[in-house]
Amino acid sequence: MRRAELVTAVLLAAFSIYLMWKSTELNVGWVEHEGPGGGAWPFWLAGMMLVCNIWTIVNWVRKTTPQSRSQDLFMDSYAIRMFLLVGGSVVGLVAMVHVIGVYGAVPIFMLFYLRVLGRHNWVPTLVISGIAPVVIFFFFDVAMRIVLPKGYLEPLFYPLYDIFL
Amino acid sequence: MEIIQLLLDGFLIAFEPLNLGLVVVGVTVGLFIGAMPGLGSVNGVAILLPLTFLVPPTSAIIFLAAIYYGAMYGGAISSIMLGIPGASTAVATTFDGRPLALKGMADKALIAAAVASFFGGTISIILFTGFAPALASVALDFGDQEIFALMLLAFATFVGLGGDDIAKTIFSICIGLVFSAVGMDIISGTPRLVFFDIIGFLHGINFLVLAIGVYGIGEMLWTIDSTRGNPSMSKVEVSTKRTISHLKEVLKEWKPAWIGSLLGFFVGILPAAGATPGSLMAYGISKMTSKNPDGYGKGEVGGVIAPEAANNSASTGAMLPMLTLGIPGSPTTAILLGGMVIWGLVPGPMMFIEQSDFVWGLTASLYAANFFAVIINILFIPVFLWVLKMPFTILAPIIFVLCLVGGYAPTEDMHDVWLMVIFGFGAYLLRKLDYPLAPAVLAIVLGPIAEPALRQSLIISGGDATVFFTRPIAGPITMIAIVLLLLPLVQVFRKKRKQAKDAEA
Repeated sequence: MRRAELVTAVLLAAFSIYLMWKSTELNVGWVEHEGPGGGAWPFWLAGMMLVCNIWTIVNWVRKTTPQSRSQDLFMDSYAIRMFLLVGGSVVGLVAMVHVIGVYGAVPIFMLFYLRVLGRHNWVPTLVISGIAPVVIFFFFDVAMRIVLPKGYLEPLFYPLYDIFL
Repeated sequence: MEIIQLLLDGFLIAFEPLNLGLVVVGVTVGLFIGAMPGLGSVNGVAILLPLTFLVPPTSAIIFLAAIYYGAMYGGAISSIMLGIPGASTAVATTFDGRPLALKGMADKALIAAAVASFFGGTISIILFTGFAPALASVALDFGDQEIFALMLLAFATFVGLGGDDIAKTIFSICIGLVFSAVGMDIISGTPRLVFFDIIGFLHGINFLVLAIGVYGIGEMLWTIDSTRGNPSMSKVEVSTKRTISHLKEVLKEWKPAWIGSLLGFFVGILPAAGATPGSLMAYGISKMTSKNPDGYGKGEVGGVIAPEAANNSASTGAMLPMLTLGIPGSPTTAILLGGMVIWGLVPGPMMFIEQSDFVWGLTASLYAANFFAVIINILFIPVFLWVLKMPFTILAPIIFVLCLVGGYAPTEDMHDVWLMVIFGFGAYLLRKLDYPLAPAVLAIVLGPIAEPALRQSLIISGGDATVFFTRPIAGPITMIAIVLLLLPLVQVFRKKRKQAKDAEA
């Protein structure tokens, strides 16, 4: 926990400096008759972020926050395993959308999550994985006219478009 | 009398079949979301907001407000049955709700929670109806200076009253504001903070991307990490006869109900405070003034009534500054505000004049939501108990999929979905280090209002920042904000002096 606190504060401080530098692409000073330049607002806010991170680092050195005194692991083996599996499957879900679209990615994600992570029986797994895309299709594509990405599966939907859209 | 007339007109809108239907569906969905451990009103509203693009704006907000309301009722269910608060707003309900459940009185606790929520909700809506028009008419005179001063006050309450680490709180506010500045600079019209020249940043960072990231993906990861394994549920017997006898007993406990309702409402108005501290304070005061303070914590029904009345009351209280001033009183109302902006409804005093139908329709729908919530809550207790048995491994993938489609819907851009995932992971990791994230969500909603207000104020005054102190209304607000910002420093100083004194002694 102690190391994580410092690493986070340093990384966020670096991010703050990047934001300040990025803000200077616009005028961060005073423009006559126009007031503060476009970059001023994010520039000074990012500056405040930097100050806050330095403050956290000072607190860390003086050991005034609970995390900076904590000897606990930031993430124990359970948390790391969970984060990699669940987080990884979410990343996989979003990545698959680009290739096989929402209607290909969602059932695969559901199958993986329910069967492998949740260890549920095949019946509820298949029922939920099968119903989810149907409900989503009728809610988003049909009712709201928000056409969700279909990736390479797009041609399969042409007959459905003809019927419902 | 004018208010009563307006309210009656509002009821005509609230009782339109679509709106009434959405109120019933909304409170039911809210009750379920509130009852699930780890999910509260803010998660429900953030994840489901994109689904409301289907209906007209007024109906959408009525639906979301009903979810907000229902979730406040529902939070008590898992607090009592599992001993795990359904949301942070229901933490205080566990103190006496859980012991009651362990004594075999779970049904009494559930009924007390429902009745208290109804009482708190009703009192607060009546207060809301009385206060809102008055506050809005005062706020009509507000200029840019006052608006910016109010924003400052909203953020200052997080620093002064939020109770989190100050450096981390201010960091959270600033990062939310900076994210809100991504996209176009509205005054000069030039692109700003387009990271790595990725085109997706040109349209800015939608507040929903951050809200769903934090309250959808981040919250799920957090819940999976922190609950580990399935909690055990109390046994409960439900019968009509027992329900009626419990109702009679609960109705005698009027004192904690009043304490909770009044305290909850006024604490709920403050941006950083809201339902969680409101319900904790109501619990404390109810215990202090009780005839039987020793019974609290061991299963005193007053200990369920006070916090439950308070958290419902606070949720209406939080709507008051959101609708009248455009400053949300809680993270959930911040997301509601963001939603209203998407639909072109600009909260603030002008709304009471220009969109008075909407304001009063929404107010009337709160009365209706409260009424339906208590009925659905009591009738469906057995259903909620059954739902609580649903394994988290079924709920989690459904929520993740809802986040995916919800993150895509507002802008129809996969860029935003990726950003949402990154925010979700970041939120989970930062939350482990006690970074408060509610201020960031509030900030990304308020940023687009705060920045022009500040810049225009400075243009008008020619760069003179003292306008925030010298204008008759902005001045006192700014001063209060500064006092709140300095409050933690004073506390640190006093603590040091006390330590020094103790050391001498």
